[in-house]
Amino acid sequence: MRRITSIADLEALRRKLQEKYRAKKLRIIVCGGTGCRSNRSMEVVEAFKKEIKSLGLENKIDLKVSGCHGFCERGPIVVIHPEQIFYQRVKPEDVPEILERLTRGEVVDRLLYEDPNTGRKIKHVYEIPFYAKQKRIVLSKNGLIDPTSIEDYIATGGYKALAKALQMKPEEIIEEIKRSGLRGRGGAGFPTGKKWEITRMQKSDVKYIVCNCDEGDPGAYMDRSVLEGNPHSVIEGMIIGAYAIGANKGWIYVRYEYPLAVKHATLAVHQARELGLLGENILGSGFSFDIEIVKGAGAFVCGEETALLQSIEGKRPSPRQRPPYPAEKGLFGKPTCINNVKTWANVPYIIERGADWFSSIGTKTSKGTKVFSLVGKVKNSGLVEVPMGITIRELVYDIGGGAPDGKKVKAVQIGGPSGGCIPEELFDLPIDYESLTEVGSMMGSGGVIVMDENTCMVDTAKYFMKFLKDESCGKCVSCREGTQRMYEILSDITEGKASEEDLQLLEELANVVKDASLCGLGQTAPNPVLTTLRYFREEYLAHIREKRCPAGVCKALIKYTIDPEKCTGCDACRINCPVGAITGKPKEPHSIIQEKCIKCGICRDVCKFGAVIVS
Amino acid sequence: MPKIIIDGIEFDAPEGWTILDAARFLGIDIPTLCHHDELSPWGGCRLCLVEIGEGKKTKLVSSCTYPVEDGLVVRTATERVIKARKMMLELLISQCPTSKVLQDMAAKMGIEKVRFKPKWEDCIYCGLCVRMCEEQMMAKAIGFVNRGDKIRITTPFDKTSEVCRKCGACMYICPAIVLRCEGAEPKDVLCGGCLNVLQPTCLEVYGEYACWMGLKGECGTCVREEES
Ligand SMILES: Cc1cc2nc3c(=O)[nH]c(=O)nc-3n(C[C@H](O)[C@H](O)[C@H](O)COP(=O)(O)O)c2cc1C
Ligand code: SF4
Ligand code: SF4
Ligand code: SF4
Ligand code: FES
Ligand code: FES
Repeated sequence: MRRITSIADLEALRRKLQEKYRAKKLRIIVCGGTGCRSNRSMEVVEAFKKEIKSLGLENKIDLKVSGCHGFCERGPIVVIHPEQIFYQRVKPEDVPEILERLTRGEVVDRLLYEDPNTGRKIKHVYEIPFYAKQKRIVLSKNGLIDPTSIEDYIATGGYKALAKALQMKPEEIIEEIKRSGLRGRGGAGFPTGKKWEITRMQKSDVKYIVCNCDEGDPGAYMDRSVLEGNPHSVIEGMIIGAYAIGANKGWIYVRYEYPLAVKHATLAVHQARELGLLGENILGSGFSFDIEIVKGAGAFVCGEETALLQSIEGKRPSPRQRPPYPAEKGLFGKPTCINNVKTWANVPYIIERGADWFSSIGTKTSKGTKVFSLVGKVKNSGLVEVPMGITIRELVYDIGGGAPDGKKVKAVQIGGPSGGCIPEELFDLPIDYESLTEVGSMMGSGGVIVMDENTCMVDTAKYFMKFLKDESCGKCVSCREGTQRMYEILSDITEGKASEEDLQLLEELANVVKDASLCGLGQTAPNPVLTTLRYFREEYLAHIREKRCPAGVCKALIKYTIDPEKCTGCDACRINCPVGAITGKPKEPHSIIQEKCIKCGICRDVCKFGAVIVS
Repeated sequence: MPKIIIDGIEFDAPEGWTILDAARFLGIDIPTLCHHDELSPWGGCRLCLVEIGEGKKTKLVSSCTYPVEDGLVVRTATERVIKARKMMLELLISQCPTSKVLQDMAAKMGIEKVRFKPKWEDCIYCGLCVRMCEEQMMAKAIGFVNRGDKIRITTPFDKTSEVCRKCGACMYICPAIVLRCEGAEPKDVLCGGCLNVLQPTCLEVYGEYACWMGLKGECGTCVREEES
């Protein structure tokens, strides 16, 4: 494409691209996000290509591969526009039928989503409960456009905000972002406009900006999906930010484990540069800015801003003392504004639609929307974008559909590995930065793990502590030794080896680690322990006093037995036991040799008569 | 010059100083371990913690890394500070009970018991050796590898270093390398009790023998007297 040098050029190009974009009436969008790809969605794409060709529909149907639609669990996902027909778990073999029906204006019933709570088949995207309560800003174009095409982005209004911003004064942009109430989406929620202003005010002729896409939380993939599914929105946000701050160079730090995000971001930067949206004298404004992409080495702590900067500089990523904050003294000693992927991606929408629009969404202190990855024991898991202030209950039940198999939801862990467990009694809590902190949790990057009644809270705390003791950078005694010791005590508790003094020590230690550590990792690492102690202390006490795991999870404290009344002697358990711990003749009640049993639970899963009991 | 208040004393601290610099200048004692005046600040041992801020918004920071800033209010020995420092030392000493430096500090701070299981490790990852080697010996022969509970100090790829001049500076500065007195087997993780009693006990134990630790009766490394 030809390099564009003015705003008028950009608008002319947009009109041309929009015509092309709207030329075909029907649009089939196949999800090409990482989740769907691993379920063979690219084969579905090939099947569509072949079939469309053989039916001679190339001029009627626009086939697109998009980024993640959020409902990965149901992938591969296919959406047909303009009607927004939603097909799930589509296989390449289904393609001919989809097209054949489409030409007759019919749908393929068996590929529609069935609401697990009502059994009703649902035809349109917007009627599916998982999507109905969402409000999509950052994810609004995910699933609509082809992330590898700058044409798609421009045709759907992309880089309009940039054009607008370049006609504003830098101070006006900062004022607008401040008024919008946007706060950092990387976890701590620092007001973005204020951070920009601080960086702008520094006396230095060289300033930098950085986009944090390290996302080391296990199970979280919000940032990945944004960068994979709509990289230009991040780039546009960064150009606007750089202009407002007075920076001429930016970095996108993506973790190495996200190859598709790296690929799409690299391509997008290249395209923007070719078109003149990056580089010298952007759109004739006299402002120059470029972006470099850095691959991170995959440690959780690399997401911490000072460690991340060290990593870009090629050093060992150890967090350092703040102040001085990166905004004062950052990359290579220069003032550096570092924001999360979603923070940058919100910017074009705010500039285009205005601070008032943005601040009308959300609560008093937390504006706009928040992207969560909703996982664990919920019927509908996936990526959701909801207005701030939505309650946990709405998130877990209305969007997530509650726990599967008729189980009760017990708690949610919000905020990633060092977030906190919030019990069911508090589910009417509105989700915003302050409320979550008040109950001992935190917004974090937005991982939400739902736990049902079969979850042991001590075991849960131990699980997160294992992650944290492995991921501590090892600098602080409090964090390095503290997480190891907390893990040790938690292990002892789950094995029935701990005393009440140990519990007291655990609590004392947790409070000190929170207080004494240098960076956010150590300061938040005790959260899973402190919140489970706060809301589920009786579970800890059951392990310690009665040597009993109420949820039936901790192996050392449970015993598998077979109820002779219920056992029909079907032999299923005996055949499936991996260690031959079950004896019994066919048609006679079986029994378990306790010395041999490794408590894997397979017998309970395979027994159709509920005869295997955990006690 | 930034005006700070430290333990109630108003002080114009020169730009670029840390809280620790200011405290030492005023004669306020703050324990340190991973800090060394001639090496770059690190902030790992967390023994030099102090409380900053006023009212409800106070927090603990490591004084060896925290720069003075105008209006800073510092308290160096609050209950919260002492509790955290003691916990740090308890963690350290259970990691490496053989270090004389740690045993002495424990005695001085009045640590009476160690509730964690001893790990008997040889290194506390204070990073002094790494900084010494890089910043003073200009060799960069050793560094940290890995993280979390797998962190170690070693040469690149564990191979004999070609840049190491065997100067021994790393060993000179290491707080873990000088072992606690092995004169009498201590009852548990803690020894160093000798610092807590008025009379040195080594004199009775060793009588006329020479002490290989040096100053007999003054080094403060000997075990506490058997309670009768
Ligand atoms: C251990 C740790 C891990 C972090 N990981 C991330 C991350 O993966 N992505 C991110 O954007 N911020 C992460 N942060 C927060 C960053 O330090 C920083 O606050 C953030 O990038 C600032 O951007 P924001 O103002 O847009 O939120 C992490 C912080 C800590 C302490
Ligand atoms: S708190 Fe933990 S992760 Fe952060 S600097 Fe200290 S040891 Fe490293
Ligand atoms: S729990 Fe596993 S090991 Fe034990 S009896 Fe059942 S199948 Fe065998
Ligand atoms: S070897 Fe000694 S100086 Fe080096 S990190 Fe370990 S304890 Fe510190
Ligand atoms: S990858 Fe397809 S819905 Fe997430
Ligand atoms: S002396 Fe300050 S943290 Fe070690």
